[in-house]
Amino acid sequence: MQIRKKGKKEVPPVSTASLPDIVFMLLFFFMVTTVMRETSLKVTHVIPKAKEVAKLERKSLVAYIHIGPPLKPLQSIYGTEPRIQLDDAFALPSDIPTFVESVKSQTNEAEVPLLTYSLKVDVKTKMGIVVDVKQELRKANALKINYSTSRIIDKTAQ
Amino acid sequence: MARSKREIQEINAGSMADIAFLLLIFFLVTTTMDVDTGLMRVLPPPILEDVPPPPPVKMRNVFVVLANSQDFLLVENDYMQVEDLKDAAKEFIIGKPGNPGDERFPEFKASQDPLIIKYFGPNYPISKQIVSLQNDRGTSYQLYIAIQDQLAAAYSEVRNEVAMNKFGKKYDELKDSKNAVDNDKAKAIRALIPQRISEAEPKEIGG
Repeated sequence: MQIRKKGKKEVPPVSTASLPDIVFMLLFFFMVTTVMRETSLKVTHVIPKAKEVAKLERKSLVAYIHIGPPLKPLQSIYGTEPRIQLDDAFALPSDIPTFVESVKSQTNEAEVPLLTYSLKVDVKTKMGIVVDVKQELRKANALKINYSTSRIIDKTAQ
Repeated sequence: MARSKREIQEINAGSMADIAFLLLIFFLVTTTMDVDTGLMRVLPPPILEDVPPPPPVKMRNVFVVLANSQDFLLVENDYMQVEDLKDAAKEFIIGKPGNPGDERFPEFKASQDPLIIKYFGPNYPISKQIVSLQNDRGTSYQLYIAIQDQLAAAYSEVRNEVAMNKFGKKYDELKDSKNAVDNDKAKAIRALIPQRISEAEPKEIGG
Protein backbone atom coordinates (compact mmCIF):
# COMPACT_ATOMS: atom_id res chain seq x y z
CA MET A 1 0.00 0.00 0.00
CA GLN A 2 1.55 3.19 -1.01
CA ILE A 3 -0.05 6.44 -0.09
CA ARG A 4 2.77 8.71 -1.01
CA LYS A 5 3.33 9.68 -4.50
CA LYS A 6 6.31 8.33 -6.19
CA GLY A 7 7.80 11.71 -7.02
CA LYS A 8 10.42 12.63 -4.45
CA LYS A 9 9.02 15.69 -2.70
CA GLU A 10 11.81 18.03 -1.69
CA VAL A 11 11.63 19.87 1.62
CA PRO A 12 11.42 23.54 0.67
CA PRO A 13 14.52 25.39 1.88
CA VAL A 14 14.04 27.77 4.80
CA SER A 15 13.91 31.23 3.45
CA THR A 16 16.80 33.32 4.65
CA ALA A 17 15.35 36.50 3.27
CA SER A 18 14.32 37.68 6.75
CA LEU A 19 17.72 37.04 8.22
CA PRO A 20 18.99 40.58 7.51
CA ASP A 21 15.92 41.95 9.24
CA ILE A 22 16.57 39.92 12.36
CA VAL A 23 20.20 40.89 12.38
CA PHE A 24 19.31 44.54 11.87
CA MET A 25 16.93 44.38 14.79
CA LEU A 26 19.69 43.04 17.02
CA LEU A 27 22.08 45.58 15.60
CA PHE A 28 19.80 48.49 16.44
CA PHE A 29 19.28 47.14 19.94
CA PHE A 30 22.99 47.06 20.61
CA MET A 31 23.58 50.40 18.91
CA VAL A 32 21.06 52.03 21.18
CA THR A 33 22.18 50.40 24.40
CA THR A 34 25.89 50.70 23.84
CA VAL A 35 27.93 53.20 25.75
CA MET A 36 31.38 53.77 24.42
CA ARG A 37 34.11 53.51 26.97
CA GLU A 38 35.87 56.83 26.83
CA THR A 39 38.86 56.15 28.96
CA SER A 40 41.15 53.22 29.32
CA LEU A 41 41.74 52.32 32.91
CA LYS A 42 45.22 52.64 34.27
CA VAL A 43 44.32 51.60 37.77
CA THR A 44 42.73 48.43 39.04
CA HIS A 45 39.88 48.53 41.44
CA VAL A 46 37.69 46.06 43.17
CA ILE A 47 34.52 47.95 43.95
CA PRO A 48 33.12 47.48 47.47
CA LYS A 49 29.68 46.03 48.04
CA ALA A 50 26.77 47.63 49.86
CA LYS A 51 23.07 47.10 50.38
CA GLU A 52 21.61 50.60 50.26
CA VAL A 53 22.66 51.40 46.72
CA ALA A 54 20.90 53.63 44.24
CA LYS A 55 21.14 53.51 40.47
CA LEU A 56 23.10 56.18 38.68
CA GLU A 57 20.83 57.75 36.11
CA ARG A 58 21.93 59.76 33.07
CA LYS A 59 25.40 58.52 32.36
CA SER A 60 26.21 61.61 30.36
CA LEU A 61 26.06 63.60 33.59
CA VAL A 62 28.49 61.43 35.49
CA ALA A 63 32.20 62.11 35.74
CA TYR A 64 34.40 59.32 37.00
CA ILE A 65 37.30 59.52 39.37
CA HIS A 66 39.21 56.27 39.66
CA ILE A 67 41.41 55.50 42.61
CA GLY A 68 43.42 52.34 43.02
CA PRO A 69 46.79 50.71 42.57
CA PRO A 70 48.21 51.09 39.03
CA LEU A 71 47.91 48.22 36.57
CA LYS A 72 50.59 45.53 36.69
CA PRO A 73 52.61 46.74 33.64
CA LEU A 74 52.65 50.28 35.02
CA GLN A 75 53.73 49.32 38.51
CA SER A 76 57.41 49.47 37.70
CA ILE A 77 57.01 53.16 36.89
CA TYR A 78 54.27 54.28 39.22
CA GLY A 79 54.64 51.91 42.16
CA THR A 80 51.90 49.96 43.87
CA GLU A 81 50.43 52.69 46.05
CA PRO A 82 46.87 53.72 45.09
CA ARG A 83 46.75 56.62 42.67
CA ILE A 84 44.09 58.85 41.19
CA GLN A 85 43.12 58.61 37.54
CA LEU A 86 41.21 61.43 35.89
CA ASP A 87 40.23 60.96 32.28
CA ASP A 88 43.16 59.14 30.76
CA ALA A 89 46.02 60.09 33.01
CA PHE A 90 47.25 59.78 36.53
CA ALA A 91 46.64 62.88 38.57
CA LEU A 92 47.21 64.45 41.92
CA PRO A 93 44.46 65.72 44.21
CA SER A 94 45.49 69.25 43.22
CA ASP A 95 44.47 68.50 39.61
CA ILE A 96 40.85 67.95 40.57
CA PRO A 97 39.66 71.58 40.37
CA THR A 98 40.92 71.74 36.76
CA PHE A 99 39.21 68.45 36.02
CA VAL A 100 35.94 69.68 37.55
CA GLU A 101 36.12 72.86 35.50
CA SER A 102 36.70 70.96 32.27
CA VAL A 103 33.79 68.63 33.03
CA LYS A 104 31.56 71.58 33.79
CA SER A 105 32.55 73.38 30.62
CA GLN A 106 31.65 70.33 28.55
CA THR A 107 28.19 70.15 30.06
CA ASN A 108 25.12 72.10 29.18
CA GLU A 109 24.94 75.01 31.62
CA ALA A 110 21.47 74.12 32.84
CA GLU A 111 22.60 70.64 33.71
CA VAL A 112 25.75 71.55 35.63
CA PRO A 113 24.00 71.27 39.04
CA LEU A 114 23.00 67.73 38.13
CA LEU A 115 26.57 66.59 37.53
CA THR A 116 27.55 63.66 39.70
CA TYR A 117 31.10 62.67 40.47
CA SER A 118 31.40 58.95 40.79
CA LEU A 119 34.25 57.75 42.94
CA LYS A 120 35.41 54.34 41.86
CA VAL A 121 37.74 53.37 44.61
CA ASP A 122 39.50 50.12 45.34
CA VAL A 123 38.41 48.47 48.60
CA LYS A 124 41.95 48.26 49.93
CA THR A 125 42.59 51.98 49.57
CA LYS A 126 43.16 53.99 52.71
CA MET A 127 40.78 56.85 53.37
CA GLY A 128 43.56 59.45 53.30
CA ILE A 129 43.60 59.76 49.51
CA VAL A 130 39.80 59.65 49.34
CA VAL A 131 39.56 62.41 51.92
CA ASP A 132 41.99 64.54 49.90
CA VAL A 133 39.86 64.05 46.78
CA LYS A 134 36.68 64.91 48.67
CA GLN A 135 38.21 68.08 50.07
CA GLU A 136 39.30 69.14 46.59
CA LEU A 137 35.83 68.41 45.22
CA ARG A 138 34.34 70.53 47.97
CA LYS A 139 36.66 73.39 47.14
CA ALA A 140 35.68 73.10 43.48
CA ASN A 141 32.02 73.16 44.44
CA ALA A 142 31.41 69.69 43.06
CA LEU A 143 29.20 68.47 45.86
CA LYS A 144 27.18 65.63 44.39
CA ILE A 145 29.24 62.52 44.73
CA ASN A 146 28.54 58.85 44.44
CA TYR A 147 30.61 56.13 46.06
CA SER A 148 30.46 53.45 43.42
CA THR A 149 29.43 50.17 45.03
CA SER A 150 27.87 47.05 43.72
CA ARG A 151 24.72 45.67 45.25
CA ILE A 152 24.71 42.63 47.48
CA ILE A 153 21.46 40.80 47.61
CA ASP A 154 20.35 40.44 51.20
CA LYS A 155 18.44 37.20 51.57
CA THR A 156 17.51 37.77 55.20
CA ALA A 157 15.77 41.07 54.53
CA GLN A 158 12.83 39.66 52.65
CA MET B 1 16.76 53.45 -33.64
CA ALA B 2 15.54 50.74 -31.52
CA ARG B 3 15.81 51.58 -27.95
CA SER B 4 16.93 48.64 -26.06
CA LYS B 5 14.64 48.15 -23.18
CA ARG B 6 17.17 46.86 -20.77
CA GLU B 7 15.98 46.36 -17.27
CA ILE B 8 18.13 47.81 -14.55
CA GLN B 9 19.76 44.99 -12.78
CA GLU B 10 18.81 44.49 -9.19
CA ILE B 11 21.57 44.90 -6.66
CA ASN B 12 22.29 41.70 -4.92
CA ALA B 13 21.13 42.08 -1.34
CA GLY B 14 22.57 38.81 -0.21
CA SER B 15 25.62 40.41 1.36
CA MET B 16 23.57 42.85 3.38
CA ALA B 17 23.25 40.27 6.12
CA ASP B 18 27.01 39.95 6.29
CA ILE B 19 27.47 43.69 6.60
CA ALA B 20 24.84 43.84 9.30
CA PHE B 21 26.50 40.95 11.09
CA LEU B 22 29.81 42.76 11.02
CA LEU B 23 28.30 45.86 12.58
CA LEU B 24 26.38 43.76 15.06
CA ILE B 25 29.51 42.02 16.25
CA PHE B 26 31.28 45.36 16.61
CA PHE B 27 28.55 46.72 18.86
CA LEU B 28 28.29 43.44 20.75
CA VAL B 29 31.94 43.68 21.64
CA THR B 30 32.00 47.36 22.56
CA THR B 31 28.81 47.41 24.57
CA THR B 32 28.96 47.49 28.33
CA MET B 33 25.81 46.41 30.03
CA ASP B 34 26.78 47.15 33.60
CA VAL B 35 24.49 49.47 35.47
CA ASP B 36 26.36 51.82 37.72
CA THR B 37 25.16 51.74 41.27
CA GLY B 38 26.45 53.43 44.34
CA LEU B 39 25.84 55.40 47.49
CA MET B 40 24.78 58.96 46.71
CA ARG B 41 26.10 61.61 49.06
CA VAL B 42 26.15 65.37 49.02
CA LEU B 43 29.29 67.01 50.34
CA PRO B 44 28.96 70.04 52.58
CA PRO B 45 29.70 73.30 50.75
CA PRO B 46 33.17 74.73 51.24
CA ILE B 47 33.70 76.73 54.40
CA LEU B 48 33.84 80.45 53.73
CA GLU B 49 35.97 82.54 56.00
CA ASP B 50 33.59 85.36 56.77
CA VAL B 51 30.68 83.12 57.70
CA PRO B 52 30.27 82.66 61.45
CA PRO B 53 30.57 79.06 62.65
CA PRO B 54 27.27 77.26 63.11
CA PRO B 55 25.80 77.13 66.62
CA PRO B 56 27.13 74.28 68.72
CA VAL B 57 25.09 71.10 68.89
CA LYS B 58 24.32 69.44 72.19
CA MET B 59 26.31 66.28 72.65
CA ARG B 60 23.23 64.24 73.51
CA ASN B 61 21.86 64.89 70.02
CA VAL B 62 24.95 63.53 68.34
CA PHE B 63 25.58 59.90 67.57
CA VAL B 64 29.34 59.70 67.37
CA VAL B 65 30.99 57.11 65.17
CA LEU B 66 34.76 57.01 65.11
CA ALA B 67 36.87 54.73 62.95
CA ASN B 68 40.59 54.51 63.52
CA SER B 69 43.47 53.43 61.31
CA GLN B 70 43.30 49.86 62.64
CA ASP B 71 39.71 49.64 61.37
CA PHE B 72 38.30 49.57 64.89
CA LEU B 73 35.02 51.27 65.52
CA LEU B 74 34.12 53.42 68.51
CA VAL B 75 30.43 54.23 68.69
CA GLU B 76 29.18 56.46 71.48
CA ASN B 77 32.35 55.60 73.45
CA ASP B 78 31.91 51.86 73.03
CA TYR B 79 33.69 49.34 70.86
CA MET B 80 31.41 47.98 68.23
CA GLN B 81 31.42 45.68 65.23
CA VAL B 82 30.24 47.20 61.95
CA GLU B 83 27.38 44.70 61.73
CA ASP B 84 25.89 46.03 64.99
CA LEU B 85 26.09 49.64 63.90
CA LYS B 86 22.74 49.62 62.10
CA ASP B 87 20.72 48.56 65.14
CA ALA B 88 22.51 51.02 67.42
CA ALA B 89 21.97 53.86 64.96
CA LYS B 90 18.32 52.89 64.53
CA GLU B 91 17.73 52.95 68.26
CA PHE B 92 19.29 56.40 68.44
CA ILE B 93 17.39 57.80 65.45
CA ILE B 94 14.04 56.64 66.82
CA GLY B 95 14.97 57.83 70.30
CA LYS B 96 12.57 57.88 73.23
CA PRO B 97 9.77 60.36 72.44
CA GLY B 98 7.90 59.20 75.54
CA ASN B 99 10.82 59.88 77.86
CA PRO B 100 12.54 63.14 76.90
CA GLY B 101 14.63 63.12 80.07
CA ASP B 102 16.75 60.20 78.92
CA GLU B 103 20.17 61.71 78.27
CA ARG B 104 21.31 58.88 76.03
CA PHE B 105 18.85 59.78 73.31
CA PRO B 106 18.36 63.01 71.35
CA GLU B 107 16.00 65.82 72.21
CA PHE B 108 12.71 66.36 70.46
CA LYS B 109 10.99 69.44 69.15
CA ALA B 110 7.81 70.23 67.25
CA SER B 111 8.14 71.33 63.64
CA GLN B 112 6.52 74.06 61.58
CA ASP B 113 6.94 72.18 58.34
CA PRO B 114 3.53 72.31 56.61
CA LEU B 115 3.89 68.80 55.26
CA ILE B 116 4.54 67.34 58.69
CA ILE B 117 1.62 69.27 60.18
CA LYS B 118 -0.58 68.04 57.37
CA TYR B 119 0.15 64.38 57.90
CA PHE B 120 1.34 64.08 61.48
CA GLY B 121 -0.33 66.97 63.34
CA PRO B 122 1.18 70.16 64.78
CA ASN B 123 2.90 68.73 67.87
CA TYR B 124 4.53 65.64 66.50
CA PRO B 125 7.89 65.26 68.23
CA ILE B 126 10.81 65.39 65.86
CA SER B 127 14.15 64.09 66.89
CA LYS B 128 17.12 66.46 66.70
CA GLN B 129 19.39 63.56 65.86
CA ILE B 130 22.65 63.99 64.04
CA VAL B 131 25.08 61.23 63.17
CA SER B 132 28.67 62.31 63.27
CA LEU B 133 31.16 60.17 61.41
CA GLN B 134 34.85 60.67 61.79
CA ASN B 135 37.53 58.54 60.26
CA ASP B 136 41.28 58.47 60.25
CA ARG B 137 43.36 58.82 57.10
CA GLY B 138 44.40 55.22 57.63
CA THR B 139 40.89 53.80 57.79
CA SER B 140 40.22 51.41 54.94
CA TYR B 141 37.75 52.41 52.28
CA GLN B 142 35.97 49.11 52.77
CA LEU B 143 35.15 49.93 56.38
CA TYR B 144 34.12 53.45 55.46
CA ILE B 145 31.65 52.16 52.88
CA ALA B 146 30.39 49.54 55.33
CA ILE B 147 29.73 52.30 57.89
CA GLN B 148 27.99 54.51 55.34
CA ASP B 149 25.90 51.54 54.23
CA GLN B 150 24.90 50.65 57.79
CA LEU B 151 23.92 54.22 58.59
CA ALA B 152 21.92 54.53 55.38
CA ALA B 153 20.22 51.22 56.15
CA ALA B 154 19.35 52.46 59.65
CA TYR B 155 17.74 55.60 58.26
CA SER B 156 15.81 53.78 55.56
CA GLU B 157 14.52 51.18 58.04
CA VAL B 158 13.33 53.85 60.45
CA ARG B 159 11.62 55.65 57.57
CA ASN B 160 10.03 52.44 56.37
CA GLU B 161 8.71 51.65 59.84
CA VAL B 162 7.24 55.11 60.34
CA ALA B 163 5.67 55.03 56.90
CA MET B 164 4.28 51.55 57.54
CA ASN B 165 2.69 52.64 60.83
CA LYS B 166 1.28 55.86 59.47
CA PHE B 167 0.36 55.14 55.85
CA GLY B 168 0.45 51.34 55.67
CA LYS B 169 3.07 51.51 52.93
CA LYS B 170 6.83 51.38 52.93
CA TYR B 171 8.74 54.61 52.42
CA ASP B 172 10.48 53.19 49.36
CA GLU B 173 7.10 52.43 47.78
CA LEU B 174 5.85 55.94 48.55
CA LYS B 175 8.97 57.49 47.12
CA ASP B 176 8.92 55.49 43.89
CA SER B 177 5.17 55.80 43.47
CA LYS B 178 3.75 57.64 40.49
CA ASN B 179 1.07 59.10 42.71
CA ALA B 180 1.65 62.74 43.74
CA VAL B 181 -0.03 62.23 47.12
CA ASP B 182 2.27 59.33 47.88
CA ASN B 183 5.27 61.43 46.91
CA ASP B 184 4.05 64.11 49.27
CA LYS B 185 3.85 61.56 52.04
CA ALA B 186 7.38 60.45 51.26
CA LYS B 187 8.47 64.08 51.48
CA ALA B 188 6.81 64.42 54.88
CA ILE B 189 8.66 61.34 56.11
CA ARG B 190 11.90 62.75 54.77
CA ALA B 191 11.26 65.97 56.69
CA LEU B 192 10.42 63.94 59.77
CA ILE B 193 13.54 61.81 59.67
CA PRO B 194 16.17 63.73 57.75
CA GLN B 195 19.31 61.80 56.95
CA ARG B 196 21.86 63.87 58.79
CA ILE B 197 25.27 62.29 58.51
CA SER B 198 27.89 64.83 59.35
CA GLU B 199 31.44 64.04 58.42
CA ALA B 200 33.91 65.91 60.49
CA GLU B 201 37.03 67.28 58.92
CA PRO B 202 39.45 64.36 58.87
CA LYS B 203 41.99 64.14 61.62
CA GLU B 204 45.00 62.07 62.36
CA ILE B 205 43.41 60.07 65.14
CA GLY B 206 46.02 57.39 64.78
CA GLY B 207 45.73 54.43 67.14
